[in-house]
Amino acid sequence: MKLNMTRRNLLKASAVSVAAGSMASFSGLASAHNHGGKHKVVIVGGGIAGATAAKSLKRLDPKMDVTLIEAGADYHTCFMSNEVINGDRDIKTIRFTLDGLKKQGINVVIDEVTGIDAKGKKVSTKGGKSFGYDRCIVAPGVALNYGAIQGYSAEVAKTIPHAWKAGEQTAILRDQLAAMKDGGTYVLVCPPNPFRCPPGPYERASLVAKYLKDNKPKSKVIMLDPKGAFSKKGLFEDAWRRHYGYEGPNAMIEWHGNDGVVSVDPKTKTVTTASGKKVKADVLNIIPPQTAGKIAQIAGLTNDAGWCPIQGKTFESSIHKDIYVVGDAAVADPLPKSGYAANSEAKVTAVAVYASLTGKAMIEPSWVNTCYSIVAHDEAISVAAVYAYEGDKIISVPNSGGLTPGGDGFNARDRKREVQYAYSWFNNIVADTFK
Amino acid sequence: MKNTKKPSLKKWMGVLLAGGMMASGIAQAEFDRGTMLANTCVGCHGINGISDGPAIPSIGGMSEQYFIDSMKEFRAGERPNTIMTRLAKAYTDQDIADMAKYFAKQKYVQVEQPHDPRAAQLGQRLHNSFCDRCHDAAGTNPEDDSGFLSGQMRAYLEYSLQDYMSGDREYKESRMKRELESMMNRHGDAGLQQLLDYYASGKE
Repeated sequence: MKLNMTRRNLLKASAVSVAAGSMASFSGLASAHNHGGKHKVVIVGGGIAGATAAKSLKRLDPKMDVTLIEAGADYHTCFMSNEVINGDRDIKTIRFTLDGLKKQGINVVIDEVTGIDAKGKKVSTKGGKSFGYDRCIVAPGVALNYGAIQGYSAEVAKTIPHAWKAGEQTAILRDQLAAMKDGGTYVLVCPPNPFRCPPGPYERASLVAKYLKDNKPKSKVIMLDPKGAFSKKGLFEDAWRRHYGYEGPNAMIEWHGNDGVVSVDPKTKTVTTASGKKVKADVLNIIPPQTAGKIAQIAGLTNDAGWCPIQGKTFESSIHKDIYVVGDAAVADPLPKSGYAANSEAKVTAVAVYASLTGKAMIEPSWVNTCYSIVAHDEAISVAAVYAYEGDKIISVPNSGGLTPGGDGFNARDRKREVQYAYSWFNNIVADTFK
Repeated sequence: MKNTKKPSLKKWMGVLLAGGMMASGIAQAEFDRGTMLANTCVGCHGINGISDGPAIPSIGGMSEQYFIDSMKEFRAGERPNTIMTRLAKAYTDQDIADMAKYFAKQKYVQVEQPHDPRAAQLGQRLHNSFCDRCHDAAGTNPEDDSGFLSGQMRAYLEYSLQDYMSGDREYKESRMKRELESMMNRHGDAGLQQLLDYYASGKE
């Protein structure tokens, strides 16, 4: 995605650079929030990116004053929540708290951030508190744009779940699938690009089909997608053919591309696509279009597409100085909006923040993404890549990374191992982030 | 398979100790290119390179030589793996050397995993007969430049042995081929599982 600043944001940005200029002439003021010589960093958001950033900063400088503000006391990972939805995994196994961070001396505040004053370098909360900072890291994840689908809303989502932010929503979808009769239709409405977890909807379709095949074999999964292609498409479709009769007479999975859903009638669980096709569901799962999390919009950190432009080397906002945006909210292409990328970005940004506070030169960054999707019993597929900063932009290192081999390179033993690697990936990334 | 196992106390004590050391003054050492690169590994390989399992191996405490050899073999496609062959291609010799230094500074911590204690005792005897000469201290001493065994992830060890025996992975030492074949001839799959039970016990 190209950086696409609106005029309003450009004006805002130039106002900020004026402010930043005047700030620089009072560089002694950098210690305004520097109580007792300690650097003060405030992190907004306690998901994968925020929690990792907090831990990484403390590891770089145990004396740093690190405050993390998160609205929810519990966090459910989006990754592996598809295994909760199909009953393979207990929801407790994807639930984490920020207690591990507290033990490391991070000041964890459960409250909702309602404003970020980039000029005054202060974060304010719903609970009426104010936190000054030397540097601020914003990791708000995504906001769901319910309004993009006529008839859909946060209220309707209580009965027609998105389950794209894990937790209560995940449980609602799980329970609806468990209650669905054999012969029922599960309709999955896929979002347009860009969105959190690019292979996520297609893994979900696979894992729901796995459950249906074992338990309700007359049932069906129908995906309605505004896109003509999606992440790992060839590998998913190959797996669907082998396991779920995809494109055959009794297909348990149907994927309809290039025709997104524009409206929903919640009473009848019927959706209408752009071309006017109507599809009635027994269980309806709508993943709406997305933007950067609400606080990024409020703080003026977003471009006109609703995402946060950043400087690739550090993830400092291109709009507001001394504020860094990491995780799904940032425009970090070719890095994807994935959990592993969020963890990786947060670590690099912690180094950048530490470097800027201590006057050190930034270390040449390196990021990685690894992402597994479980598609059937004993079968998972993956995508992996290493990213570098070159010529003012983030690049995927050429001639490396890529997908699990398919076609002639298909190897059933390796696919089975990838399931165990997927579980290992999960266990290690959540420890790395929250413990 | 569901993996909800709690990491063993032993493992976390190791991590805490390492964390404590970190806090007491070598924080500066964490600001370098080696750490930058290693940070991208530990999301999968575990904090300080010690894995929570079940299959991705621990790499913390590995000798520089073993680490460098492994990465170069993955990069050249000489050693089979589902994902490391793809990732390793992105790194220069210098990158690999920097990462190797970082992980060699970490402490290898044996992770106790589910195992049959009786089989583990038999496995210990097999280890002493067939493996001990190269894999010192039950395969926990990085200085032997051989792979970690005791406390290494059980599934990883099983995959590695399968790959050697199927011919997908080349033996670096002809001696290992002889010993493994001899062990399999005399004790078969039951012996292999006993060996894995011993390593999963995390004992020396």
